[in-house]
Amino acid sequence: MDIFLTGLLLGGTYALIAMGLNLQYGVARIMNLANGEMLVAGGFCAFWFYTAGQVSPFLTVAIVAPLAFAANWLIYQVMLRPLVKRAKTRGQLESDSILATFGLSFVAVGLMLAVFGGDYFNYSYLSRPVTFAGENYGLNRVAAFCGAVVICGLLYLWLNQSRAGLSMRAIATAPASARLVGISVGHLAAIAFALGGAVTATGGALISTFLTLDASTGVMFTLKALIIVIMGGVGDVRGTIVAALLLGVVETLVASLIDPGLTLAAAYTLFILILLFRPQGLFGRRQT
Amino acid sequence: MTAAEIRTLILAALALGVAALLPLTGSGYWLGLGLNIAMFTVLATSWALFSGPTHYISLATAAFFGLGTYTVGLGFETLPYWSLVALAGILGAVLAALVGLATLRLSGVYFVIFTLGLAELVRQVITWAQNMSGQKGLYVLTDITEDHIYWQLVGLAALVYLVGWLIGRSRLGFALRIIGDDEEVARHSGIDTARAKVLLFMVPGAVAAITGAMLAPRYVYIEPALAFTPMLSFQVVIMALLGGAGRLWGPLVGVIPFAILWETISSTFPNQTMLLLGVSFLVIVYVLPKGFVGLIDTVRRRLSNREGWT
Amino acid sequence: MKRRTTLKMTAALALSSMFGGAALAGSHSADPIVIGAVAPKTGPLAGGAAVTHWPNIRLWAEQVNARGGLNVDGTMRMVEIIEYDDQTNPGETIKAVQRLATQDEADFIIAPFATGLNIAAAPIFARYGYPQISVSNITDQVEDLASKFPNMFFTLGSTSAFASDVVRILSEMRDAGQLTGNRIAMVNVADAFGIELAAAARPLFKEAGFEIVYDTSYPLGTQDLSPVVKAAKDAAPNAFVAWSYPPDTFGLTEQAIIEDLQVEAYYTAVATCFPAFGARFGAQAEGILGAGGVNPDSEAFKEYAAAHEAATGAKPDYWASATTYASLQILEQAIEAVGLDREAVSAHLKEATFTTVLGDISFNENNFNEAFWTVGQWQDGVFRGVAETGREGASSVRVKSGWGS
Repeated sequence: MDIFLTGLLLGGTYALIAMGLNLQYGVARIMNLANGEMLVAGGFCAFWFYTAGQVSPFLTVAIVAPLAFAANWLIYQVMLRPLVKRAKTRGQLESDSILATFGLSFVAVGLMLAVFGGDYFNYSYLSRPVTFAGENYGLNRVAAFCGAVVICGLLYLWLNQSRAGLSMRAIATAPASARLVGISVGHLAAIAFALGGAVTATGGALISTFLTLDASTGVMFTLKALIIVIMGGVGDVRGTIVAALLLGVVETLVASLIDPGLTLAAAYTLFILILLFRPQGLFGRRQT
Repeated sequence: MTAAEIRTLILAALALGVAALLPLTGSGYWLGLGLNIAMFTVLATSWALFSGPTHYISLATAAFFGLGTYTVGLGFETLPYWSLVALAGILGAVLAALVGLATLRLSGVYFVIFTLGLAELVRQVITWAQNMSGQKGLYVLTDITEDHIYWQLVGLAALVYLVGWLIGRSRLGFALRIIGDDEEVARHSGIDTARAKVLLFMVPGAVAAITGAMLAPRYVYIEPALAFTPMLSFQVVIMALLGGAGRLWGPLVGVIPFAILWETISSTFPNQTMLLLGVSFLVIVYVLPKGFVGLIDTVRRRLSNREGWT
Repeated sequence: MKRRTTLKMTAALALSSMFGGAALAGSHSADPIVIGAVAPKTGPLAGGAAVTHWPNIRLWAEQVNARGGLNVDGTMRMVEIIEYDDQTNPGETIKAVQRLATQDEADFIIAPFATGLNIAAAPIFARYGYPQISVSNITDQVEDLASKFPNMFFTLGSTSAFASDVVRILSEMRDAGQLTGNRIAMVNVADAFGIELAAAARPLFKEAGFEIVYDTSYPLGTQDLSPVVKAAKDAAPNAFVAWSYPPDTFGLTEQAIIEDLQVEAYYTAVATCFPAFGARFGAQAEGILGAGGVNPDSEAFKEYAAAHEAATGAKPDYWASATTYASLQILEQAIEAVGLDREAVSAHLKEATFTTVLGDISFNENNFNEAFWTVGQWQDGVFRGVAETGREGASSVRVKSGWGS
């Protein structure tokens, strides 16, 4: 039970890391390798506001999210749209966007280094235990988990209830047909990419309350996010949530019952098992 | 063998001979740069042997490289160095076969992500095993100098080119070209596509592991973070694509300018290295989408067109 | 190759504001001494280098130039630093050192950062005859390395000393009744440094009569250490020892606070001595043991810490910062004693005794500085050295009494 709850909390963190990438990859078709840098940038903003003015990271989100939205919208319009236009096949877009966003991640690391310096940044926020069923959990982790629940819930509702959300899902499923029924694919893809960036930066602000970050750590988060998104199935919010929670629980199980040294090995084993038996991901649809 | 082929072979042998003379200049600086170029030529060319025809982007170079480095680090006390280099090659090929069997049925992007994670996975397993066995730090203290490592790498490069050339002439190469054009067609015409891809994937696996083993004496102290750096995988991909993965000599024309560019940026702008490397990366992707090979082909085509008119 | 001019300019500005033109005229008559520096500005180790390595190089250059430079054979010569980023990649470190030696024709090269990068660069330092006064280079192969690379010097200590002094401190605490039992929970990061220290400590703990009740490793970069701390807590240890690295040092401690891990001694290795650690955990850091230490009450350290903060805007850490600065003081004194001849400087390093911020430093026949700090403890908001191999001013160790939340 205790292991399960700890795993769920970790899964909440993973959902925060991966949710944004799911939007970017699922809807906008951009495999964004600079995703982790956006997360670190969000975390840094939270750190800066907290140390400078004691502003709660949960309030900082109100500033971080729109900023990240704008920045990512610009990135999409200026950098990625030409690639989308140029690409003849999905495969070409994938390899082009991998290379372009990898370059972008370098640029982002360089910029953050220039702005923040190379030092570790961390602070103590809500670092208090909360007791549940006789076991202690970090309040900041619980709070971040709640944040993840709120974000995922809102996204899910929006994608399923609003008109824009339905169009998004149409693009994720069949971009060519979506165009036929009058959906402006380019415009919505930009929105999806920007929204994904905003979600990622928000996640960064929330997890910075308990993780130590520095300008160069983004790539580790990108890796985790990619695995979760692929495991869950591209373009499906539920898939990402389930995959994130599953990964959190499995890692915690392995760490508690087998050996903490094998957590990542377990994560990759799980990843490959899922790919072998359900290549489209847990919730993904088979691509035609 | 046609006359043109013989001419190419002689030219290649000459080029190799000239490359092998570099250590005689006695300049450590140029040797260091040359060593870098030789290393990436080997890695990028073997990478393109697989990825060129199949269009799979493999980010597993660091996994194999680290495996090779650790083979030497862990076995250094008990086995002679030369046998370890060979062993690294075998282990690399076996790992590549395993990975290939498991993942090459997947479509492109899943393969990309899995190979990216592979370096991390192999690193975990190796460090965990090292921890369990209680083995201390790994020091590869030898008398092998940069000259030796350079010559080894040039030799390995010759081998890679030879293998690439032979594959290109073989049935396997023919099968791969069909797979690259259309996998469906290949399957219908009776080609065992999975087997062909796995066999081919073993080449970059073995070569990267051998390269890692050859460089272990240069690093002396073997650390997981340094042996399995994911940066290496990306560098190899970028250099190969900058050159052009469709031709055997393609990666070479990417490696040389990129290594020089990297060196220029690192030396001139030590505080903005990452930023500028990122920018040059972007420029390559946007301005040279087909690599130098594509550029050269376009120029050639234009020239011949012009001749045709006049 | 471009030479960096920023430092020269700052120094010149500082000078002119202090003394006016006279000093300037004198110092510009001679060429500057070119000193190379290679260390991570990016990559996994950049965070550590940003705390202990780069600020000290800048501070030292600024101070030397502010007093008019180094006295080389009677001429005052300014120093000019050329910095390169090795991206935490040994191949880049090797290339950068080669570049400094052959293209920039540096007079001296400051040793790189971290064990792996230092050892990777050692053959190049040896080949071009540069003395390599390494700091963040902790190894047990000092003898082999020094015989192969005769110009390589070791200032910060050895793996076995760090492990054995932790065991010694805990034994003393047990003998004094501060530890009420023999139970040790030991974890380590599965990276070269953590694996080496854990392997060295395991037999030592057993020899000293301790029982290791929990022993595990976790991958480098793991920040979710709740399973590790929970399992350690379930083993009911008297002392918790973690051979940890920066991100997980923070993660372990945060989790120990949340789990309310009740131990009489709590040790995390690298980065415990960082000011950021004390700033983050505040009063809860009280009594935490960590690798390193200094004598924060010594006049030399106080003066250094004040200058460090004034010059770089950040406090030095309580371990490798001062040692990095000391390594530059050693280089400085050697140059002033024998000039720019690198052979002579290396020979001088082996013989002479140097006065540094840490006190006197000399090297033994293996180029090894035998007197260094090994264990420190957060006491009243300051990280004090509690164990050393020949340094003065060690404080007595205290029991970790809860997390005071």
